[in-house]
Amino acid sequence: MIAGISIYEILTVTSILFFIGVYGFITRKNLISVLISIELILNASVVNFVVINKYLYPDMLQGVIFAIFIIAVAAAETALAVSIIINLYRQISSVEVKDTEVMKY
Amino acid sequence: MNISYTILIPLIPLAVFLLLGLNSKRIKPAISGYIGVLGLSISAALSFYTAYQYFFVNGKVDGVYQTFVNKSVWMHFTETLHIDMGVLIDPISVMMLIVVSIVSLMVHIYSRGYMKGDDGYTRFFAYLSLFTFSMYGLVLATNLFQIYIFWELVGVSSFLLIGYYYTKPSAVSAAKKAFIVTRFADLGFLIGILIMGYFAGTYDFETLNNPEGSVILSWASTSFMGLSVITWALLLIFMGGAGKSAMFPLHIWLPDAMEGPTPVSALIHAATMVVAGVYLVARLFPMFYFVEHGFALNVVAYIGAFSSLFAAIIAITQTDIKRVLAFSTMSQIGYMMLALGVSGYDGHEGVGYMASMFHLFTHAMFKALLFLGAGSVIHAVHSNYLKDMGGLRKYMPITNITFLIAALAISGVPPFAGFWSKDEILVAAFEHNMLIYYVGVFVAGLTAFYMFRLYFGIFWGKEQTYKHPPHESPISMTFPLLVLALLSVVGGFIPFGEFVSADRMGFEGHLNYPLAAIATGVGLVGILLAWVFYKKENSLSDIYAKAFGPFYKWTSDKFYFDEIYLFVTKKILFNGVSRPFAWFDRNVVDGTMNLIGNSTVKTSNKIKGLQSGKFQDYAFSFVMGAVIIALVFIYLWTN
Repeated sequence: MIAGISIYEILTVTSILFFIGVYGFITRKNLISVLISIELILNASVVNFVVINKYLYPDMLQGVIFAIFIIAVAAAETALAVSIIINLYRQISSVEVKDTEVMKY
Repeated sequence: MNISYTILIPLIPLAVFLLLGLNSKRIKPAISGYIGVLGLSISAALSFYTAYQYFFVNGKVDGVYQTFVNKSVWMHFTETLHIDMGVLIDPISVMMLIVVSIVSLMVHIYSRGYMKGDDGYTRFFAYLSLFTFSMYGLVLATNLFQIYIFWELVGVSSFLLIGYYYTKPSAVSAAKKAFIVTRFADLGFLIGILIMGYFAGTYDFETLNNPEGSVILSWASTSFMGLSVITWALLLIFMGGAGKSAMFPLHIWLPDAMEGPTPVSALIHAATMVVAGVYLVARLFPMFYFVEHGFALNVVAYIGAFSSLFAAIIAITQTDIKRVLAFSTMSQIGYMMLALGVSGYDGHEGVGYMASMFHLFTHAMFKALLFLGAGSVIHAVHSNYLKDMGGLRKYMPITNITFLIAALAISGVPPFAGFWSKDEILVAAFEHNMLIYYVGVFVAGLTAFYMFRLYFGIFWGKEQTYKHPPHESPISMTFPLLVLALLSVVGGFIPFGEFVSADRMGFEGHLNYPLAAIATGVGLVGILLAWVFYKKENSLSDIYAKAFGPFYKWTSDKFYFDEIYLFVTKKILFNGVSRPFAWFDRNVVDGTMNLIGNSTVKTSNKIKGLQSGKFQDYAFSFVMGAVIIALVFIYLWTN
């Protein structure tokens, strides 16, 4: 419970964070920025987990533990994504999204 | 009597086939010949042991030869209808074991000499073993379906061996012809088996053949087009037998089958496989005899008699020595069929049945001998045609003597084997059907004539100048000739009636002197005519050929049966049936499938632009989709 702040206000903030992430994922031109946008989406959900745990079931810890899980998975996923991007850079000397469009039929 | 070991008789050749067939490139030819002969010797020894045990030690109980069966259920349909696999030992199967063993063993030994130096030597022995396995299995089958399985297996091995020289187009087409014609006949066989399964409710020979059994007693319960369904089934089964045994009008494959190596002709197309049809009728003899008062048996008799006459006439004019022998085989098998057809059931009435089996036995010996002798001649002069032969008696004394013995045996000259069996056949025909008896006597004369035409043409006649002087064949080829010649001399003295008879009781066979004298006389007349025509080079035969004019031409062209078949298949069936079906298949059946396929491809081409390769487009679609679904759910919930 955080005094003076209701769950709705926090959820509004995380929603905004989530959609910023989605917007960034769709519109950014640079693969690194896209990766950062994914992190925003993940962080929005992490905050949601913690907040909902805190406000609805204050005696329990599952939400918090899940948040830690997500952070760990996100770190691994970032490492993977960055290595893919590095390899891509070695191939085409670019990290621009528009240069990856050859992956189609 | 413990018969469990008899299963080894077919299994040993199968093992040899697998061993040689799978290692045909690794095993040296000389060794593979020994393996084949050795494997077959073991089987033959077991067969002889079985025969001894059965006929002389413990086959007979209270004066009746028993049937011993050792089987297990293979496919179960109902309580009575199931397909078994196993072995059945009774007089005719034991007799056939002996026939197959002797001829196959002799042919194996002979092939070691005849096929020497051939590229596919190991393959040849593998096929021979496969054939021997199939033939043993056919002989020992316990039920109709098992016999059908092995029936097809002998068909396959016959196909493989006829087409053994697969680089020769004529051999390939002969193999295909043999396979297709017999396969067509086997279609009838299969339908007959299915009818039998439906109406008789069992495939088991013992149940089917029991004269007091329900199948034979209730044959009249269902009829179709004026005949009992069981009769129809028997006629269809006989169609399969007629195809395998080259009975008119399904005989066209046999002369062409002579494209195979000569030992194969001796083994498959003279002594064993082609008599499978006779064996099948004999196997179901009680059914043929009792159902519909022997209607099907009469059909067998007339087809047999006609085939025998028809083939004997054609044999006179052929110039390829193997084809003469092929038509002679057809004629002699017709003899066996007609003997079965005129046979009764009890005691001495069953003389036709016994005579048929007796003739099968003796014929296997002397016809195999004739073929092997012909092979020896072909080996020496490198030609199949009579015009390339003549005066060979000086070069090939053993072949000459053995061939003469076989020719005397088939002509029915006493005391050679063919005389005894042919006499019994004529006695049976005389007692039951005079028309068939006259045909039989006439064919006996024709047989003697064409056989001695062949003999004089090869070993006497005009002296040829040979490029390479012919010489006697090696010992591996003459040894089988001598063994078979011995059997052709003494084979007739076996008291066959005591061992094989329709009712299993056995009876005392005795010679009918007037009939024997007539048959022998006719045979001697035939030999004498051949002597006059062919012993010395002269133009008599040409003069008579001219005198017969068009009839001679028809005969030498085998009454144009090949052409009739070609006309029916190529002109009528291909144009009238196959082409419309092919059109329907290509345009309607394939067309529908192609339409489905093509429209899928076209649609895909249209919409493949959606896959842009920009992952952000996909993400956008995904998000929009999620948003739309969310909106829909919100709308649904709030109302």
